[in-house]
Amino acid sequence: MASTLFQKVWDAHSVRRLPTGQTQLFIGLHLIHEVTSPQAFDMLRARGDRVAFPDRTIATVDHIVPTKDQRRPFIDVKAEEMLASLERNCREHGIQLLDLQSGQQGIVHVIGPEQGLTQPGMTIACGDSHTSTHGAFGAIAFGIGTSQVRDVLASQCLAMEPLKVRRIEVRGRMGAGVYAKDVILTIIRRLGVNGGVGFAYEYAGDAVDAMSMDERMTICNMSIEGGARVGYVNPDQKTFDYLQARRFAPHGDDFDRAVRWWSTIASDPDAAYDDRVVLMAGEIKPTVTWGINPGESVAVDEPLPSDADPAALEFMGLSRGQRLSGTPIDVAFIGSCTNGRLSDLREAARVVRGQHVAARVKALVVPGSQAVRAAAEREGLDRVFTDAGFEWRGAGCSMCLAMNNDRLEGTQVCASSSNRNFKGRQGSPTGRTLLMSPAMVAAAAIAGEVVDVRQFDGMEAAGAR
Amino acid sequence: MPVERIQHIAGTALPIRGDNIDTDRIIPARFLKSVSFEGLENHLFEDDRRQTDARQANSHPASNPAFARATVMLVNRNFGCGSSREHAPQAIRRRGIRAIVGESFSEIFFGNSIALGMPCVSAAPETMQALMSEVEGAPATEVVVDLESMTVRGGQRTYAIGLPPAARDAFLSGTWDATALLLSDFDAVRAVARRLPYVSGW
Repeated sequence: MASTLFQKVWDAHSVRRLPTGQTQLFIGLHLIHEVTSPQAFDMLRARGDRVAFPDRTIATVDHIVPTKDQRRPFIDVKAEEMLASLERNCREHGIQLLDLQSGQQGIVHVIGPEQGLTQPGMTIACGDSHTSTHGAFGAIAFGIGTSQVRDVLASQCLAMEPLKVRRIEVRGRMGAGVYAKDVILTIIRRLGVNGGVGFAYEYAGDAVDAMSMDERMTICNMSIEGGARVGYVNPDQKTFDYLQARRFAPHGDDFDRAVRWWSTIASDPDAAYDDRVVLMAGEIKPTVTWGINPGESVAVDEPLPSDADPAALEFMGLSRGQRLSGTPIDVAFIGSCTNGRLSDLREAARVVRGQHVAARVKALVVPGSQAVRAAAEREGLDRVFTDAGFEWRGAGCSMCLAMNNDRLEGTQVCASSSNRNFKGRQGSPTGRTLLMSPAMVAAAAIAGEVVDVRQFDGMEAAGAR
Repeated sequence: MPVERIQHIAGTALPIRGDNIDTDRIIPARFLKSVSFEGLENHLFEDDRRQTDARQANSHPASNPAFARATVMLVNRNFGCGSSREHAPQAIRRRGIRAIVGESFSEIFFGNSIALGMPCVSAAPETMQALMSEVEGAPATEVVVDLESMTVRGGQRTYAIGLPPAARDAFLSGTWDATALLLSDFDAVRAVARRLPYVSGW
């Protein structure tokens, strides 16, 4: 019978039906980090349990790492305590930790794919909602809470209920200056921030087929912002090519065997879906959020909606009918698990090359991983950014959620390539976030205000995409 | 290994109005800088409370002494969206809340709450409007969430509530702590691991 990737992966990992009616699902890859795992290890110890499959859990440190001075012990004693606790737990339970000395540290959702840990057909769980990112490889990947981290450590399983599947087809060609970020913001705006509750999102269509793996990751990453815990793209040759020769990916004959298995788990052409949605890529414009959730967005040249939530507008200092272009910014942040990969930095660098950040704008680039940072430096992107007045930092989550020293102050407005514009998200309870693509952030940093990257002087090569 | 059976929760209620209240608002990220969940209850809704209370003292319901001893929380739509941080339901639970009634919940928040033995039950928008108004007008009103009859009672009226059957069974039978259940047939787990080529070897 024809079935979706979701169904195939679900079935392959089903251990049994539990008395409650839920499914006991085997988790093929468990990723952990310093914020949501220490309490889980404590719970495990309290129960007297051991880690069931220590080689199926991999750890890194990302949320709390300082991006300026990474010498140990960290100046921030709480951050140091969290990393020390992770190191202790990994040592005690035989779990591999990709730490700051490894050259492979970074945001958990950047390093998973980059190191070849993330593979098609896997179930992947992590105590972080943006785990949906890994779905770009045709994995079923989702965020879990700390009690569930304990469950996975103890049993390598979770008690789950199956999801429905909504196929979201993006057809046609994206225009110049339009990016994967604009596509996912448009999808969330269209379907709502809770439209995906109960669903896995399958992204498809020729526009998604044409996307790079980095772009697919951007789309899958923000599935959770649309309420969908899981988002995925069917694996194809591009997926396999990406994985070839990566550290934890299969090698040699194993790789060929893996590709054969990976090819079988894609959705069948005549699979049935619980829902279908179609978007035309050509209609999508550079998109910016105006409110306090990621569904509150408009095209950069479009007036704010006449029914915009007054409380959100008041918080943001905006008004109905106003356009976002021309909105002054104080901070520009390029980074995060949504848009902190090499291709994101290349696009941003193309915009800023030979220009300078506007006076009074604080601009920083935080690569998603040490490997991204090193690759960018080999291309000279660090110089492009620093010559333009950006700060070039170490890898981590940084100002996406401000658990280190990178944060907004007071009512600052931040053009951000991250994923959440929630109140207080970037560290100041009254700080304001405008989500947009990295190229749009770069353009805003130069102009000192929100601008349409399609009309931006630095975008001479945009038509080449 | 059965834990505590949860059938009904009764007490006064804390009304938190608003759709899409995300977990960053429930517990801002700076309070996650700890290796334990202890003390999180002191920072529940901290930034929202400060901003609301600045206009009028104790005007945020979570600051209002009249709601200080609430055991049921009343919310609107898509409560707990955003970050998967269990710190959010932990902060709520540690403040004394034993059940949440709302129009809808984010999936991750819902699952995290189950793991803590804190049911999140759904109710119609009109029910939430009626319950919230009742409780705001008379904070001493007793609210009773009954998972046996699948109802919530507030004041003189009773309304229907929803909860997926698996979650309801888990609470009623005291099997909401999943770990023991997941470990009860480990041979079956090993069998699946052997069957998966990426685990057992290509």
